[in-house]
Order: sequence, then structure tokens, then C-alpha cells
Amino acid sequence: MSGVPKTEVRPAPADAVDPVPDEAVQRITPPRGRTDLRLRELWSYRELLYFFVWRDVKVRYKQAVLGVSWVVIQPILMVTLFSLLFGRFLNAPSDGVPYAVFVLAALMPWQLFALALNQSGNSLVANQALITKIHFPRILLPIAAVLAGLIDFGVAFVVLVGLLLYHGIVPSAAVVLLPAFVLLALVTALAVGIWLSALNARYRDVQHLLPTLTLFWFFSTPIAYSSTLVPEAWRTFLGLNPMAGVVEGFRWVLLGQELTVGPMILVSFCLSVALAIGGTYYFQRTASTFADVV
Amino acid sequence: MSRPAISARGLSKSYRLTQRQAHDTLRDAIENAARSSLAAIRGVGRSHAAQAPTDATLWALRDVSFSVEAGEVVGVVGRNGAGKSTLLKVLSRITPPTEGEAEIRGSLGSLLEVGAGFHPELSGRENVYLNGAILGMRRAELKRKFEAIVDFAEVERFIDMPVKRYSSGMYVRLAFSVAAHLEPDVLVVDEVLAVGDNAFQQKCLGRMEEVSREGRTVIFVSHSMATIQQLCSRVLLLKGGTLAADGPPASVVATYLSEVTHTSRGPIDVSQVPRGSAEVPPIIRSLALCDADGIPSGVFGPQDALVIEFVVEPPFPLREPRLAAAIEETSGRRITTVASYFRPEGLSEISGRCRVRCTIPRLGLGTGQYLLSVSVHDKYLGTLDSLENIAAFDVEWRNDFGTGEPYHSFYGPVLTPSRWEQADLDEDPVLDLESERPGGR
Repeated sequence: MSGVPKTEVRPAPADAVDPVPDEAVQRITPPRGRTDLRLRELWSYRELLYFFVWRDVKVRYKQAVLGVSWVVIQPILMVTLFSLLFGRFLNAPSDGVPYAVFVLAALMPWQLFALALNQSGNSLVANQALITKIHFPRILLPIAAVLAGLIDFGVAFVVLVGLLLYHGIVPSAAVVLLPAFVLLALVTALAVGIWLSALNARYRDVQHLLPTLTLFWFFSTPIAYSSTLVPEAWRTFLGLNPMAGVVEGFRWVLLGQELTVGPMILVSFCLSVALAIGGTYYFQRTASTFADVV
Repeated sequence: MSRPAISARGLSKSYRLTQRQAHDTLRDAIENAARSSLAAIRGVGRSHAAQAPTDATLWALRDVSFSVEAGEVVGVVGRNGAGKSTLLKVLSRITPPTEGEAEIRGSLGSLLEVGAGFHPELSGRENVYLNGAILGMRRAELKRKFEAIVDFAEVERFIDMPVKRYSSGMYVRLAFSVAAHLEPDVLVVDEVLAVGDNAFQQKCLGRMEEVSREGRTVIFVSHSMATIQQLCSRVLLLKGGTLAADGPPASVVATYLSEVTHTSRGPIDVSQVPRGSAEVPPIIRSLALCDADGIPSGVFGPQDALVIEFVVEPPFPLREPRLAAAIEETSGRRITTVASYFRPEGLSEISGRCRVRCTIPRLGLGTGQYLLSVSVHDKYLGTLDSLENIAAFDVEWRNDFGTGEPYHSFYGPVLTPSRWEQADLDEDPVLDLESERPGGR
């Protein structure tokens, strides 16, 4: 392509080799009937995904005096509050482990989920300036928002490890399954986050819905209480909430507790994956119009 | 067979007006705010503005076809709202066309806004990497070009400081510099060359020339006719979303200027001129440029008075109307703005057809052609009507120095009055000094 003086552009002879290979030709067409997931495009933008994650992590605690220590302070404060409120005053059963450990083991994945959900749900609106000025796969934004939460989770996990050591609790061999539950939390956050971010671009109502949704979801998940408090017949429904599976899974592998919603976890996982695939289709189908509506 | 770098066939883009909420620029945001307050007024049953049907369709781009050969530098000109930015957005794949299609051969880089993607909290260094990645550069490529980018922007000393602490000049220099080091086959650039101070603008233009010499294809929008003529080998003129002209710079620019401006010697009826926003009916009905005696004119002397006479008719009373007029060089550089709200007396409520006269007692401009833009605002409703480059006038030299000296354009466009005095310091310095000493002798 290079070296062509601008004043001497003449049609090349018919047998000349086209300098641009066919895959470098970009066709710009109306968005009709475009429903593929465009995963190949995503892969070619993987470096940008890295930069978005890096930016989200880097920016989150800028100009905060305590900086990244908030990742640790937040769960400590929450656990203190819950221990007083539910553990001390309401005497909530904690299935034989100290209440603080009981609640923190559930709060860890919940915080990961809640942060990922909120950040991804708002990711398109928060990056309006980019969306209206630059072309890139929009879906990178909610994905990056979810992945950025993982860094916070990793740091905060130290608190949990500390607390386990303090109470002398040794996780069972099932602890190797921990990443699977982290993955389930991420997939669930991504599934819901992708849907909400796409809807949020068009209808800002989502912004107002998000905090309430998070609160409802928090109380429908057995975090501050034990799922044994839920009547046997209802426990199956509890499992339909993927986060119940995640939370119970965490307690199971870390604290050696009984897995009350075990069989349901598989259902949760399938549900989340289905939701994520559906969300990705919806997102990719509407992505081309984000610049016009956001 | 070598095929064109860009080929567009019947590109069209329509917006449903109810959907069009993109806050692209601050101005858009203000306009939108004004529109929604207008809607509120309509809601309480005050006088009715244009009843825009809720599903009105605006064709920002209509059936635009052209092709650009590899290595060409093509400028796009047109009035505000003619579809220039929409065309670039469609070519950049930011928004899809409603109809038609385009093909781009080779890698595409687009620069629609300087610093889109900059994060204020991150340092200059971090933003170079982030912005570079967003614009499509690889990490390895960025590492290689980092020094050159920082060098070009002249911000070495501040590179580890958050960009929110940068001066606006430093900020745009760094942002432009990142983009200037893109090496795509096809580069799409919106009005971004007009950033930074004069020296930096020259540097940017130089960089653009370099890019075109490297054989890259460039398509860019500019309001600066000087830049267009300096850089382009071909110019597209857009008008109301359609392609009105396509040809060599000199002739297309001439067509454009003759179309957008009226060097007429009478009041210009502007009520039918299309506005960017379709929801508020045109408020400015006519406009006349007059001399000190109120006689319409298109030619003024540098020391003459210029009287701008507006006839306005708002569809509802404006409680605190604000009128403004801006004077620009034909290159697009704004020389000055005069506005009713710069004066303590201001204007009082306008509730019907009304004539407003603005007098500039002494133009103080060098010779050349100047363009006039006018706008109507309300303190509470924001911008209600604006017409860019709606009229032109010439400033002619009439021995204004009184010495017969001619005026040269390199003096600059503004004639600043000055007084010169001299005193001989050699004759009797001692005496002089003593006489100046207060209370001496």
C-alpha cells in the first residue's frame, strides 16, 4: 500500500496483484439479519480487553487515600456488621462454624458478583464517549468490567485465608473445586451484566433498577443466613438462584459444610451459561446501534 | 486490478428523531437540554413550537456514492448538519448505514475526537498505552513508538502526571500525538486538526502531509478551507446529507463558499435555511449588514462601523434573549464574538417579531474576507437557533494608516490601535533626570 504518490494514482494493469488481501477488506452494510457472535473479531481484540481490565483496576482506587486497602476494609466492615446484627443480636445459626467465618465465606463471592454485575451493567453508559467515537467490539466493555472484579476478589481473599487460619479451619480436598464456583459467579454476573448493559444503553431505567436488584438478590441468597433456615421444599427453588449455588459451594469447599443445594448447582450452571449465550446474541445483535442510542 | 481504497455505494443513514439522543458534543448536549425544556413548555400548553411528529425521520446521509483511490487525500466540506460527521462515523463503523454499503480495503484508523478514551485519572504514560490500544495499536508497536509520541507532544516532563492536571494544550497535544502515530492504510479524520496553538497546528498539518506522502489514503473533514486546499487532492461537498460536489479543491471550495455565504447588499432572508435542529422553528428570519448610516453593504473599511440587523420571531416569548454574532476568517479561525450578554444592559423580553441591531463601532480588522455566524439563545432554554457562516463581508483597505502604507496579511487579522511617542535621551541626560526627580531642588 505504501509508496504510492498521491498525484499518480492510475488504474493498475489488469494482471497486477491486488496489494490488499481479501480478508483485509471491510464491508460496511446495514445491520439487517446479523446474528453471529463474531467471536473471531473478539479474539483479535484480546489486547484491548487486557487494557480495559487494566484501566478499570487502575482507576478504581485512584485518589483514595487508603487505595486498594478498601478491598480488604469493606468485607471486614461488612462481616463486623453482620456478626453483630445476625450473629449476636438475632442469633442466626451458622452451621457449627464461627458466624464471622460463615458469613465471610459467602460474602467473598457475593462481593465479586455484585461488583461485576454493577460495573458491567453500567459499562456501556460509562464509556459513552468511546462508543460514539471509536469502533471496537462493544462487548469487551462488560467483559472487562467483570474480569476487573477478579483482581479485587484475589486481594480480599487474603482476609478470608487469615480468618480461616485464625480459627484453625482446614478446607477439605474439595477446595480444588473453588475455581469452578468463582467461574460460576463470574458467568452469572456476565450473563446478567451483558443483558443489563445492552438494555441500559437504550433505557436508563436499568441504572435505577440495578441497586434494588442487587439488594433483592442479596437477601434471596443464603449469605447472612444458612440455607438450612429455608424449608426443605423451598430449597430446590433456592438452587435456581445461581448465586445460592456459588455461596453454598464456597462454604462446602472451604468450611467443610454439607452441600444443601448440590444437585441444583449443575442446573444453575446451565442456566447461567444459557443466559450468557442469549445475552451475547442480544448484545451483538444490537451492538451496532449503541452509538446512536447510548 | 487495483481497486479503490474506499468505495461507497448509495450510503444512507437515517435517524428517528425521537431516538436521536447522542450527546456527541457539549453543544449537542445543550441543544438537547434546550429541546427538552421546550418540550416541557409545550407540555403546559404555552404557544406551540413546531409539532415535530414523534417518529419523524431525519436523513443525515442520503444516497452518497463515491470512491477514493489508494493514496488519495480527500477533504469533506459542508455546513453543520450536512452529514460530514455521520459519513465519517459510518466509514469508521461506529454506526451502521441504514441503506447502501461501503467497502474499505486495508486497515482503517479513525480519529473522530482527540482524546476520546483518555482517562483523566491515569498518567500521560498510561493514557498513551490505553489510547493507543483503543485506536488499534499493538502493545509492541506502542512500546516502539512511545518515545516518538511523547516527543511529538512535547510533554516529556509531565508524562507520569495524571492527565487531569494537564493544561488543555498539553492534553490535546498528547492525544493528537498518539493518533498521529497510527499507521493504517486508510485514515479517517474529523475536525481535529484545529487543536493546540498555532505552532502545534502547523506540526499536525505537517504530520498529515507526511501521512499522505507515505501513500496512505486519508479522508478528513475540516471547516478550514486553507487546510483543505493545502492537504487535499480532491474535495467532497455534502449538502443536506447528499453529495453536492466532488472534484478538485479549488472549485469545490469556491462552490461551497458561494453557497454558504451571501455577500449581498440587502437583508438576507434566512428563514428557509436548514438548521441543525429540526425541533425549534427558525427564529432568525433575516439578517442585514449595514454601515454606520444603516445602509446595507458588503464591503467595509478597517475602521468602519459594522451594524448587524437581525429580524427575529420566536415562536414563544423569550424572557431573557441573548443574541450573538461571531466573525471568522475564511480559514475557519474565529476572530471575535460579540454578544448582547456581554453588555450589562442586555436585551429585554422578545415576544413577537422584533428587530435587534448590534453595532460594532469600529471593526478593527485587516483586509480580507470574513464570515459571520449568528445565534439566538435564551438564558434558561439554551441555544435556540444558530446559523454558521451565513454571511460574508469584505474588508478593504482605504489608506487606513493615513500614510499610504499598504496592509499585509502577515500583520494578522486584527488592527489594534496604538500610539507612539518618542523622547530623545541623549541631549542632556543629567538635567533630564533631575527634573524628573519628585520634589527635587
